[in-house]
Amino acid sequence: MRPTGTVITAAALVLVTACGGGSTTPTGGAAPAPGHTGFVPPKIDALQNLGTGEGEVNLVAWAGYVEDGTNDPKVDWVTPFEQETGCQVNTKVAGTSDEMVTLMRTGQYDAVSASGDASLRLIAAGTVAPVNTSLIPNYTDVFDGLKSKPWNSVDGVPYGVPHGRGANLLMWRTDTVKPAPDSWSVVFDPNSPYKGKVTAYDSPIYIADAAVYLMATKPDLGIKNPYALDDKQFQAAVDLLKQQKQIVGEYWSDYTKEIQAFKSGDSVVGTTWQVIVNVAKSEKAPVEAVLPKEGATGWSDTWMVAAKAAHPNCAYRWLDWIISPTANAQVAEYFGEAPSNAKSCEETADAEHCETFHATDETYFSKVHYWTTPIAQCLDGRTDVKCKDYSEWTRAWTEIKG
Amino acid sequence: MDAGLDGDQGLTRVAAFLHRRAGVRLSLLLSAPLAWLGLAYLGALAALLVTAFYSTDTFTGELVRTFTWANFRDLVTVEVYRTIALRSIGVALAVTAIDLVVAFPMAFAMAKLASPRARRWLVIAVLTPLWASYLVKAYAWRVMLSSGGLLGWGFGVTATVLTLAYLWLPYMILPIYAGLERLPGSLLEAAGDLGARAGRVFRTVIWPLTFPAVIAGSIFTFSLSLGDYIAVKIVGGRSQLIGNVVYDNIGAANNLPFAAAVATVPVVIMLIYLAAVRRTGALENL
Repeated sequence: MRPTGTVITAAALVLVTACGGGSTTPTGGAAPAPGHTGFVPPKIDALQNLGTGEGEVNLVAWAGYVEDGTNDPKVDWVTPFEQETGCQVNTKVAGTSDEMVTLMRTGQYDAVSASGDASLRLIAAGTVAPVNTSLIPNYTDVFDGLKSKPWNSVDGVPYGVPHGRGANLLMWRTDTVKPAPDSWSVVFDPNSPYKGKVTAYDSPIYIADAAVYLMATKPDLGIKNPYALDDKQFQAAVDLLKQQKQIVGEYWSDYTKEIQAFKSGDSVVGTTWQVIVNVAKSEKAPVEAVLPKEGATGWSDTWMVAAKAAHPNCAYRWLDWIISPTANAQVAEYFGEAPSNAKSCEETADAEHCETFHATDETYFSKVHYWTTPIAQCLDGRTDVKCKDYSEWTRAWTEIKG
Repeated sequence: MDAGLDGDQGLTRVAAFLHRRAGVRLSLLLSAPLAWLGLAYLGALAALLVTAFYSTDTFTGELVRTFTWANFRDLVTVEVYRTIALRSIGVALAVTAIDLVVAFPMAFAMAKLASPRARRWLVIAVLTPLWASYLVKAYAWRVMLSSGGLLGWGFGVTATVLTLAYLWLPYMILPIYAGLERLPGSLLEAAGDLGARAGRVFRTVIWPLTFPAVIAGSIFTFSLSLGDYIAVKIVGGRSQLIGNVVYDNIGAANNLPFAAAVATVPVVIMLIYLAAVRRTGALENL
């Protein structure tokens, strides 16, 4: 009834961190070729030469991605950019991926920090153009594990520069959950000793977490990609979650709510983000987190340039700036994720940042299935079946919660 | 109202014209509020109803403007929506009942027993929680209900009912207080003089005369509870209400048409409620 500023901020924060990444993940040899998503994007040419800046640039971004010191005077990577390039930055903060898509369609914006569940839609609709990475010097230092992925490129053509990434982890209270878990089974087992104290992420995309678990435990279902589920696979994931509901104490979607629940002991085990672990630990909650052996879901965001950008030169300069070691380190630390630029690790205020967020650990991220919006065309390349799209995931989620 | 080139003279002419034509005057005065009511208020509801018959393109997320009953068919045939609707009605009724039981004695004490000076302070005390943010109050209950908290009862539907009952209590107290204040004290004295005991006075004098006020309060608490989705997210544990289904379909799935279809459920429930109230005659005394 009364969504105040706080709830909107909270929701934005949740969505920022929640809506990430791409489609397929190289968890073995089964992943299809990068960019193979079963559609042909409209032909749009990338910028060929970098000209002089237009004096301003209009950005659509997640909260916390474009900070000019107004939220926290110490957090500012926009002012140096403006001083160096002469491009005045105008930011529109979007709360959801859908809002981002809608804003970009207006044609008033030059660049966007799209998550994997928005990027493909933007590419398919011709809203964003391919990116000429030779005009972005810092692109060479971006981790190879983030380049030319299905959520930021099509058939090897890059459509943006990677911003940062993170994984959804399994967190537990060390004083009650013994021995330390290394598998998601602790949150899916109906006979879990932690019944009523299990927590799960409150979003339809959480169905993918169940699918990741099924990939390991029920290989005969043949799930290759947790975001490409046919009827049978989808039903198995939904059934697993309905069974899980019996042991769930509460679903969380607001990250302060989860921190509080773990501090008070209302929740003792469940899915989490690295930033939550850090905050909870700093508030003296006895928690630890692990990337379980089955792998996990996660996010990876991409900066993209509008096809009809009015300020393309400033937009390219912004893309180069936001993945430059200093700025990338600042934004990764402020937001709590792994930076995309390898050199950022030397620039972080906390020397341990890259280690904490596993920035250089490709084996760690090879087990992460970056979030993406499920569509009817199966993202794993199957053409003989139809997959469940996101609106069906949403309805199923309502049914799971009952 | 600057109608002429030389302001004063033009203004006088307009004033004279309006003075002669009462009909024009009335329609001019009514046009702004009517435009608001018609366009912004009812128009938004109409747009909602129309959207409920559309669908969305699942990939691009754009509205497909072709007529379909699919949203309403799903709403009626899929069992989970019935469960959620019934749960929401149950929560709204429970909240209304709790608020009524708490509010009536409170309002009675304020209107009939307290001194005028104390009355002022009591009204302020009832209003004060309204000055605090909804979220602060909901989170306060979360802290109290959490296992290490003051009450420690845990989260769930009961916790949601408690929190909502707390949040909407002033909306019940104030109408009943206003109703009781209009009730002449002499009637109560007369009933007492004629030998009626307290229970009988309440049943035959107080309750019938304040019933419209109670109904007014219940409309507030019932409709506010029916539309709420934040409290249940904070203290509801794994539970969900109609509002959450609407929110999830717009926020996460970008499925505005289905959300619109779901949103008609509370509208219909409120219409039924108002129709039932109207039959009791309570609305005519408001």
